[in-house]
Amino acid sequence: MLSVLAKRLVQSALILFGVAAITFVLLYALPADPARMLAGRSATAQTVANIRHELGLDQPLLVQFMHYIGGLVQGDLGRSYAQKTEVIALIFARLPATLTLMAAGILIEVIIGVTLGTLAALNRGRFIDRAVMTTAFVGVSAPQFVVALLLLYVFAATLGWFPMSGYGTLAHVVLPAATLGILGAGWYARMVRSAVVDVLNQDYVRTARAKGLSQRRIILRHVLPNAVLPIIAMIGIDIGQFMGGVVVVEAVYGWPGIGQLAWQAIQQVDIPIIMGVTLTSALAIIIGNLVADFLAPVIDPRIRSN
Amino acid sequence: MFRRMLLSTTAAAFLALMPFAASAQDAPAQGGDIVVTYKDDITTLDPAIGYDWVNWSMIKSLFSRLVDYEPGTAKIVPSLAESFTVAPDGLTYEFKLRKGVKFSNGREVVASDVKYSIERAVNPKTQGPGAGFFGAIAGFDDVTGGKSETLSGIETPDDGTVIFKLSRPDATFLHVLAINFASIVPKEAVEAAAGDFGKKPVGSGTFILKDWTIGQQLVFERNKDYFVKDMPHIDSFKVEVGQEPLVALLRLQKGEVDIAGDGIPPAKFLEIKNSPEGAQMIVDGEQLHTGYVTLNTKVKPFDDVKVRQAVNMAINKERITRILNGRATAATQPLPRLMPGYDKAFTGYAYDVERAKALLAEAGYADGFETVLYATNTDPQPRIAQAIQQDLAAIGIKAEIRALAQGNVIAAGGTEGEAPMIWSGGMAWIADFPDPSNFYGPILGCAGAVQGGWNWSWYCNEDLDKRATAADAMSDPAQVAERQAVWGKIFTDIMADAPWVPVINERRVVAKSARMGGPDNIYIDPTRVINYDAIFVKP
Amino acid sequence: MRVLNEICRQPTALFGLAVVVTVIVMAIAAPLIAPFNPDEQMFDGLTLEGAPMPPGGPFLLGTDTLGRDLFSRMLFGARTSLIIGLVANGIAVAIGLFVGITAGYIRGWAGNLLMRFTDLMMAFPALLLAIVLAALLKPSLWIVAMVIALVNWVQVARIVYTETRGLVERDFILAERSLGAGHGRILFLHILPHLIPTAIVWGTLGIATTVLLEATLSFLGIGVQPPDPSWGNIIFESQSYFQAAPWLVFFPGAVILLTALAFNLVGDALRDILDPTQRGRG
Repeated sequence: MLSVLAKRLVQSALILFGVAAITFVLLYALPADPARMLAGRSATAQTVANIRHELGLDQPLLVQFMHYIGGLVQGDLGRSYAQKTEVIALIFARLPATLTLMAAGILIEVIIGVTLGTLAALNRGRFIDRAVMTTAFVGVSAPQFVVALLLLYVFAATLGWFPMSGYGTLAHVVLPAATLGILGAGWYARMVRSAVVDVLNQDYVRTARAKGLSQRRIILRHVLPNAVLPIIAMIGIDIGQFMGGVVVVEAVYGWPGIGQLAWQAIQQVDIPIIMGVTLTSALAIIIGNLVADFLAPVIDPRIRSN
Repeated sequence: MFRRMLLSTTAAAFLALMPFAASAQDAPAQGGDIVVTYKDDITTLDPAIGYDWVNWSMIKSLFSRLVDYEPGTAKIVPSLAESFTVAPDGLTYEFKLRKGVKFSNGREVVASDVKYSIERAVNPKTQGPGAGFFGAIAGFDDVTGGKSETLSGIETPDDGTVIFKLSRPDATFLHVLAINFASIVPKEAVEAAAGDFGKKPVGSGTFILKDWTIGQQLVFERNKDYFVKDMPHIDSFKVEVGQEPLVALLRLQKGEVDIAGDGIPPAKFLEIKNSPEGAQMIVDGEQLHTGYVTLNTKVKPFDDVKVRQAVNMAINKERITRILNGRATAATQPLPRLMPGYDKAFTGYAYDVERAKALLAEAGYADGFETVLYATNTDPQPRIAQAIQQDLAAIGIKAEIRALAQGNVIAAGGTEGEAPMIWSGGMAWIADFPDPSNFYGPILGCAGAVQGGWNWSWYCNEDLDKRATAADAMSDPAQVAERQAVWGKIFTDIMADAPWVPVINERRVVAKSARMGGPDNIYIDPTRVINYDAIFVKP
Repeated sequence: MRVLNEICRQPTALFGLAVVVTVIVMAIAAPLIAPFNPDEQMFDGLTLEGAPMPPGGPFLLGTDTLGRDLFSRMLFGARTSLIIGLVANGIAVAIGLFVGITAGYIRGWAGNLLMRFTDLMMAFPALLLAIVLAALLKPSLWIVAMVIALVNWVQVARIVYTETRGLVERDFILAERSLGAGHGRILFLHILPHLIPTAIVWGTLGIATTVLLEATLSFLGIGVQPPDPSWGNIIFESQSYFQAAPWLVFFPGAVILLTALAFNLVGDALRDILDPTQRGRG
């Protein structure tokens, strides 16, 4: 088990290296010139050349990359081009907000998803099933921006139950997390329904039923544990989405997450920040998947770990 | 030998208060804490580096400079300098510093700080975008070339005197000393910040940065020791970043926000404008902005002046202003209407589809041609590009639109032979300072028509370049009017060659809460967007 | 023929099929049905202040912020969006199924390598790739479809992998194995059918999300460029107007939802018909 873990950790480091290399090459291939972006419209050619030189952008790609990796192994992500601040400080300043929203959002997704999915599976083919599945589609098809603003209008601006914007208290996290939860719960509901129906069809559950075990007991003891695996896999996937893809929700609720940092950095071609954010989210995704893979045999002992 | 220009402190302070003296019931009151919102995070408050329209006005208030602008106007007045003189040949500027002015770390501002600050802005190690503005100071080439760390053209005979020696006359030099890059910073604070001065700024301006929570908010507090009495007016302003403009507006209506810095999004403009409280909320004013389409003179068929003129006649500017809900005015020439030198009598090319078609036929394109129009991808720019596309189609020009991230468009524009047409919206940025020369060199002059440059028409007219250089050498204050006329003529003459289609002059729209006082021109200040020094809360 | 008969006996499936057929026919026949040129910015399509026109009058579903007819734009936009939602998304699901099953079934170093590659792709900065491609290539629908296929298979592979790992240890598979069944037989007859419900879930929910994703990617410059419409970009362009002009978001949103739902109904019915033992799953 330990040697497997050690192997996976080495592989994870290689994946991170791969992500760093790909991102670096992509940024290099981008025709937008960071020195030009910094220098603005009125700068002279000399000023641009000076900035390019000071940033080390006049070096060959490989030299730049080795330099970056050299810093990376020492935990140095470099300094932002536009802000001049250490990238690591900028990311750490925003990481708590991103992780909070991720945890709260996934929690809401799972609660809504498992409840609706189980409900639909137990009533499959009936009206409740159809209603639940239609709801799942509505959530998934709805544009984030509109849902976020609607919730904000109703629950913050009109009813005043939650603050409209900001970060810090539990009340602040409710609406952004609910927005993400509502939008994403459809996936969980569909996956859970599918897993539960599958289990319900299996012989041992039929046997348990025939033995007269209560419905509640069957669901809690036999059915739900089998739905846990896909849920864990879904969470692993979701971590990736939450690390990079919630710019819209962050902006609507003024949430100081990593998404907004990344978005602005891409606009400004601020390479150190783009690299830093990409690697941070890659790390989160790798950890998430690692945990998912190691949890699987624990939850379902039939699965051998490989 | 020196000629006195502007003199006393009291006169400057009096002038600074002029705009408000006009209406008595709107006299500025002291005190109050306000909240301002922006979508984008503040990148840096380092005056040698900060160069976007959001941090521009904050840096203006954190630091002071030798000279500055009277609030709401383009008029230069002494600031950190008590007085200054200019030699008749325009090559020597001598400044007497105001005594007893202190940085917020408690140390007095002396002449060597001025020398250090400007050398720092020019030094390549600083990576400052504004180095080029100081090109007229003697010794500039040695510093940018890395041969020297000090500018031989700045002398400090004593703690209270700074003398600038120029290598060529520069009529814009006072403007240069008033832009952010010329802000005075204390050397010890820059060094203590170890590369992070942009997050830990120390200056001698109207405000002090009290607190910065990365990604969330910045709190600016009034500098109680500021050298002009009763300036600034408000006690503090809090800047909240990462705020979606639609939500900021909603919060403003609820009283949580005083100024929505990004203005009113197009989607909300009509609703707010037509609402009962709309008139109080909206500040709608002209800014130094022209939105234009560049016609690449190095790409066929735009190398033919007739084709460029035809395109100028084909664009229905009035419809574009309607798409913008009337928040813009049709443009006739490159200069914005507020810029000195703007020629009111010049009408440019009138909208005339038939004449445009005739010109195209004369040029040998009776059946039109295919081309590409670049634009940035943020609303409303792609919509305006589509309106232009439809107008071009009416005279037979089939333009494919490429709506891209700003960096990509800038890169395409600066690559020879790459972008036939570019709609400048979203990039046609406010002028650095209110002088017509700032609208020529980088975007229409030969110097900008290079790889990576901003002259996306790749238009280079040697004759006009000579006239421009001559105009900028007219540094005698007595020649101001004459110089403006020369510049005005340069811009109207350019239109004969039609390297641009000047499309609109977009007005800036800011939303403010009902309690905010002061005239419109301090919320849309021609030199600093929002003038935090001059705004006030109504008693 | 049997399939069609079966579908006709289920009212919900029939409804789904009807919607699917209608949407496809309307997309193909768009030039015949559309009352206006979808790209024409009409003078009377905007109010004097420059606001879009609400539904009614000559404009069945109203106009957009440039004064173009929304109904005509939605008809033509269906072409782009169907290609994205069906082709790009379908390819993504197919790749995901293949990689997930292979990795979950063969395991060992090869399976491990496949999953680590999947991890790499999941951490891959897709947004950045889009911006780079936008700068280097001429934009086209096929590039955006390719990017979506390239990016979206990863999640499917991850889920399928997890499920396959569980399935291979199930009693019936073990029994088959001990009876000496070949890999092909086990994969196709026993494992794949159990994964079809998952494929339907991702295939149909994915229609909705990829249609919206197309708008984001095209916005970055790799897909259809203005003035070409797609359901996604109609929503994307107008979403901040959802109070001032709700029809600009509501109608395309409703069409995306209806299309995804209809495909789901048809998918469920097909699965029930083809594999009665899985009835009700998915």
